[in-house]
Amino acid sequence: MNDIITIINIAYVVAAALFILGLKLLSHPDTAKKGNFVSSLGMLLAVVVTLLDQQIISYHYILLGFVLGGAFGAWKAKSVQMTDMPQMVSLFNGFGGAASLLLGWATLNGLQGSLLGAQTAGAFVYITLFFTVLVGGITFSGSVIAWGKLSGTMSSKAVVFTGLRELSILHLVAMVVVAYLFVTDPTNPVWLYCAIGLALSFGLWATISIGGADMPVVIALLNSYSGIAASAAGLATGNTILIVTGLLVGASGLILTNIMCKAMNRSLMNVLLSGFSKPVEAAGKIEGEVKILPAQDAFYVLEAAQAVLVIPGYGMAVAQAQHAVRELQSLLEDNGCTVDYAIHPVAGRMPGHMNVLLAEADVPYDQLYEMDDVNPRMENYDVVIVIGANDVVNPAAKEMKGSPIYGMPVIEAYRAKTVFVLKRSANAGFAGVDNPLFFKDNTRMVLGDAKDTINTIIREFGDE
Amino acid sequence: MEIIYLLFIVLLAAFLGFELIRKVPATLHTPLMSGSNAISGITLVGALAAAGAEQSLLTTILGTAAVALASINVVGGYLVTDRMLSMFKKKEK
Repeated sequence: MNDIITIINIAYVVAAALFILGLKLLSHPDTAKKGNFVSSLGMLLAVVVTLLDQQIISYHYILLGFVLGGAFGAWKAKSVQMTDMPQMVSLFNGFGGAASLLLGWATLNGLQGSLLGAQTAGAFVYITLFFTVLVGGITFSGSVIAWGKLSGTMSSKAVVFTGLRELSILHLVAMVVVAYLFVTDPTNPVWLYCAIGLALSFGLWATISIGGADMPVVIALLNSYSGIAASAAGLATGNTILIVTGLLVGASGLILTNIMCKAMNRSLMNVLLSGFSKPVEAAGKIEGEVKILPAQDAFYVLEAAQAVLVIPGYGMAVAQAQHAVRELQSLLEDNGCTVDYAIHPVAGRMPGHMNVLLAEADVPYDQLYEMDDVNPRMENYDVVIVIGANDVVNPAAKEMKGSPIYGMPVIEAYRAKTVFVLKRSANAGFAGVDNPLFFKDNTRMVLGDAKDTINTIIREFGDE
Repeated sequence: MEIIYLLFIVLLAAFLGFELIRKVPATLHTPLMSGSNAISGITLVGALAAAGAEQSLLTTILGTAAVALASINVVGGYLVTDRMLSMFKKKEK
């Protein structure tokens, strides 16, 4: 074997080890930053040794692509708001998918260009190339739609029309047919174009029919796809570092997808196909009346509280209220009160969204608790403040059989002594499900923009 | 033989991935996702050969575009993950 190829392959082994070590260090907040750095070293090593490859004879196109992409990526990374992380990750998932698609296409074109290549490449290469293009294309168009929905460029509502199910089945059948034609007649580029078209179209329809509240699942799944596409490209080109690394990402996305589905008590199929089913009829009326409390009066209750729990949701991100929440936390702590936070796995629009927002506002991560940690000691909290969250604290998940969210694990805020719900209006939440929490005896609704409400309370503290 | 060897790698990498990621706590799930954005930019390694080897114009164009897109993920992904992880702090005692 050629010496340089041996060196490259040894470097790939080291790079893979660095990626694995990096992910291992990511299992704790204290070491995570180091882990990210170790992982980036692995990437640097892999890229640098690849440039030693003797097949690479010209560097200016590589440099051009790297400078353009790198500059855009760096600008995006520096300028993105933390509240906008879901759409950025979504966009990057899409770029990853598109890169794999283009790599698959370029590889195929290279094979067709050389007579020797086209003859020696077996069915395995063509099958994996087809798979690369397909998964890459679905990831790209699906991610662009997810990005549009998350950034507000397009409506986040599920777009549903009759025939959507048939359309999807038609896509899947067409994919199988085109796959067969492509593998049996790989030199004909028409089948490749068909595959690209089908993949883009399928990603579009599959994502457009999913509503905003299910976005955490979709982002995680597309994250997984982007890794699987890279891995398939590795199989097609016989590049082991692509196979291994792509699969690490694929596994990561699948695990997150699974966590999100469990947290909503739904199967993946149910989330993906929910747009196809009819909306569930409301399961009976909720009795009682909503009690509204002005923000000024909420202050008096908080001033007397010993233990406060904050439950944030997507509404906190929308109102950009995390810094005000942090300020309120300091005032409460100075007042001799303990402040904890409870984060539901699907709060926000992506896994861990709330944690990052609170970290940005300087809330220490050891004050953030998971659902299962706070539920057993819910009675100990004098006040629970629900900020922009709805379904994740909805007692209907426990009490109302037939409710669309029945069976979903929720943060049992209603068991605390007092519950403040900070909300724009007393209407039903995103999922359109009535929330009996609003009607409980110990619940007070503090209506208005969450940030304004908290700032009002903060001012009251200042006046003391 | 070659294919079997590749499939072995697939199997082992998949299991390793699941074991590693399962241990990442919920609080780090967003940095995990942006970090895996960066790692999935490994496509760059494959794209380099397509963009730099002496091949047809179309292959070079496609390869260059793939390099650009993968570079966005690599550079942007690592930088934004670092930015996020710098914000995670422990409570001062």
